Amino acid sequence: MAKKKGLTADRLIWMYTQMVRIREFESRVKRTFVEHPGVIRGHTHLGDGAEATIVGALATRQDDDLAMPSYRCHGYPLVLGTPPRKMMAEIYGRKDGLCGGFGGSMHLADPEHHFPGTSGIIGQAITHATGAALTAQVKDTGQVIYCFFGDGATKQGAFFESLNLGAVWKLPIVYILENNYYQAYTHVSLEDANYIAGDPLSKKAQAFSIPGVTVDGTDPLKVYATVQKAVERARSEKGPSLIEAKFHRLSAHGNAITVPPVPTQFPEHEAVEVYGKKAEFAAAIKNDPIPKFRASLLRKRILTKEDAQRIEEKARAEMEDAVQFALASPLPAEAEAVKHVYA
Amino acid sequence: MAREMMYGEAIAAAIAEEMERDSNVVFYGQNLAMTERDPFLRRFGKKRVRIAPISETAEMGVAVGAAITGLRPIVELWMSEFMLVAFDELINEAPRLRYMSGGQVKVPLVFKAGYGFAAGWAGQHSNCVYHAMMGIPGLKIALPSTAADAKGLMAAAIRDDNPVVYLHHYMLTLDKGPVPEGEHLVPFGVADVKREGSDVTIVATGWMVKKSLAAAELLAKEGISAEVVDPRTLTPLDVGTILKSVKKTGRLVLVDQGTRHASAAAIIAAEIAEHRGNALKAPVKMVTALDTSIPFSEPLENYVLPNEEKIVAAVKSVLAQQLAAV
Repeated sequence: MAKKKGLTADRLIWMYTQMVRIREFESRVKRTFVEHPGVIRGHTHLGDGAEATIVGALATRQDDDLAMPSYRCHGYPLVLGTPPRKMMAEIYGRKDGLCGGFGGSMHLADPEHHFPGTSGIIGQAITHATGAALTAQVKDTGQVIYCFFGDGATKQGAFFESLNLGAVWKLPIVYILENNYYQAYTHVSLEDANYIAGDPLSKKAQAFSIPGVTVDGTDPLKVYATVQKAVERARSEKGPSLIEAKFHRLSAHGNAITVPPVPTQFPEHEAVEVYGKKAEFAAAIKNDPIPKFRASLLRKRILTKEDAQRIEEKARAEMEDAVQFALASPLPAEAEAVKHVYA
Repeated sequence: MAREMMYGEAIAAAIAEEMERDSNVVFYGQNLAMTERDPFLRRFGKKRVRIAPISETAEMGVAVGAAITGLRPIVELWMSEFMLVAFDELINEAPRLRYMSGGQVKVPLVFKAGYGFAAGWAGQHSNCVYHAMMGIPGLKIALPSTAADAKGLMAAAIRDDNPVVYLHHYMLTLDKGPVPEGEHLVPFGVADVKREGSDVTIVATGWMVKKSLAAAELLAKEGISAEVVDPRTLTPLDVGTILKSVKKTGRLVLVDQGTRHASAAAIIAAEIAEHRGNALKAPVKMVTALDTSIPFSEPLENYVLPNEEKIVAAVKSVLAQQLAAV
């Protein structure tokens, strides 16, 4: 991992810090199912394992660029500046939540922090991000839209239609395909024609005659360099690119689907739980992006052990505060439910 | 000042006037602005007026994303059934994003399409699917029946901060009527009494308003006075005006080009049943399409759709009946 041009030591430390914050936030969400059963309702999806891709990509952002991911959406707003207190309170369904308890884990939205919202329906948010890029183009704002989605979403018509339209209209958008190998519970080898043929998923870009690149999604600097090129292309009105970032998510797709009052927790990752591939998952854990980046920064003396510990402790304190804030926040008043239907 | 204008022209006039007024309004769709000669393209430029690929999911989803980030898109979808290709965007995205965000975003967009094309378009291009959009919280539905309403409802739809399905009836496209020049807004949720009467209330939308007015003429010759009420928007629905009319006449006939259980009529009937008090003197009667797909051949198509004769017969049947006092 060479130090890339334009990334100062401070910026690299910032990147490490963001990765640690995401991991700590997600681990506190996950622990909530054990420590406070029943506090989180519905279905929750975590981004642990995606940190290098999220941070590597968003480190290329300028000013007012927007991030628009799928429902696996906790990591991005943390990087954009959304207070984790409000995010945790939303995930707990509380009054002080980011969306007042109307959205929950799958539907975080924080337009003030360049995070207009998400969709819980696979692939559909790709069309919304493409629409945000239309706004940027029509209003000539100079913004680039960062559109994140999983490998599963590329099997949806919304993906194909959006990339075609984005290419035809030369929209300022970067399509970032997070190939974590599992669409919910289904392995990519069971549903992706490119994968089955031994090709990278980024080959799909060829269908739209736009650049398609595959990158190691566990290396934030490689992601940074790859996304940077795509962002430059988008900002110079040349249109979209497709970047496939490969990594394993380190948690299961979501908490187990149970019917109340049966409690729910995160099961083992599908690799183990469904497919019995213990070695595959052990390798993914060994390839965890955070310790790898930490070791690299220590080796290059960009970070000292003490710095790293301080960053980690600070993230722990920040997310502990978020949990305590969310637990203390009241539930919304029930009659609030009829608000916000119409503007 | 009003000017005689065709229904179709009135829609285009509203779009042009609103695009002139607000630079955030954009207009795109399939087979639109294909050449430099397109009048919208010439007037507003290729950034704001675009031809879109034949991709309803992307067209409608892009409008949602553009709307939450500051544009006011109008998507030309041509036929209401084409929206079914992107039902997720229509039902599960556009109307829900504001609510799920706790009111942080708004979704001002117009999905524009024609419907009910009873001219031999057969089973997949002439249906009425608006019932499936009714009752979706967050979504509004406008169905103009006159040229003036076509203009005023389109202008109001574009200015509305919520997603609006604007459905214009293909069979009315060439119908002329007086249309106010300049700014003309028809507020949503305000029904219009298209003809006053005292013996029976007929509620209808779109082309069925025209059929109902023709039926009312025939009835008048027999000394029966029918009031014709057009809700103009199905969501929000002006139950109050319909109820007021029913309280006056005591009898209600609902005319709808949709099939019986997939009609706005069934929903309006339920509203009146719940609110009626002692207003109804006879059971309500629905005149709807028969429960078939729309057939191709003309006599078959005529047979399944409501017409003047069926409306007249329904009115006579409710006038012949008495409901026992509650």
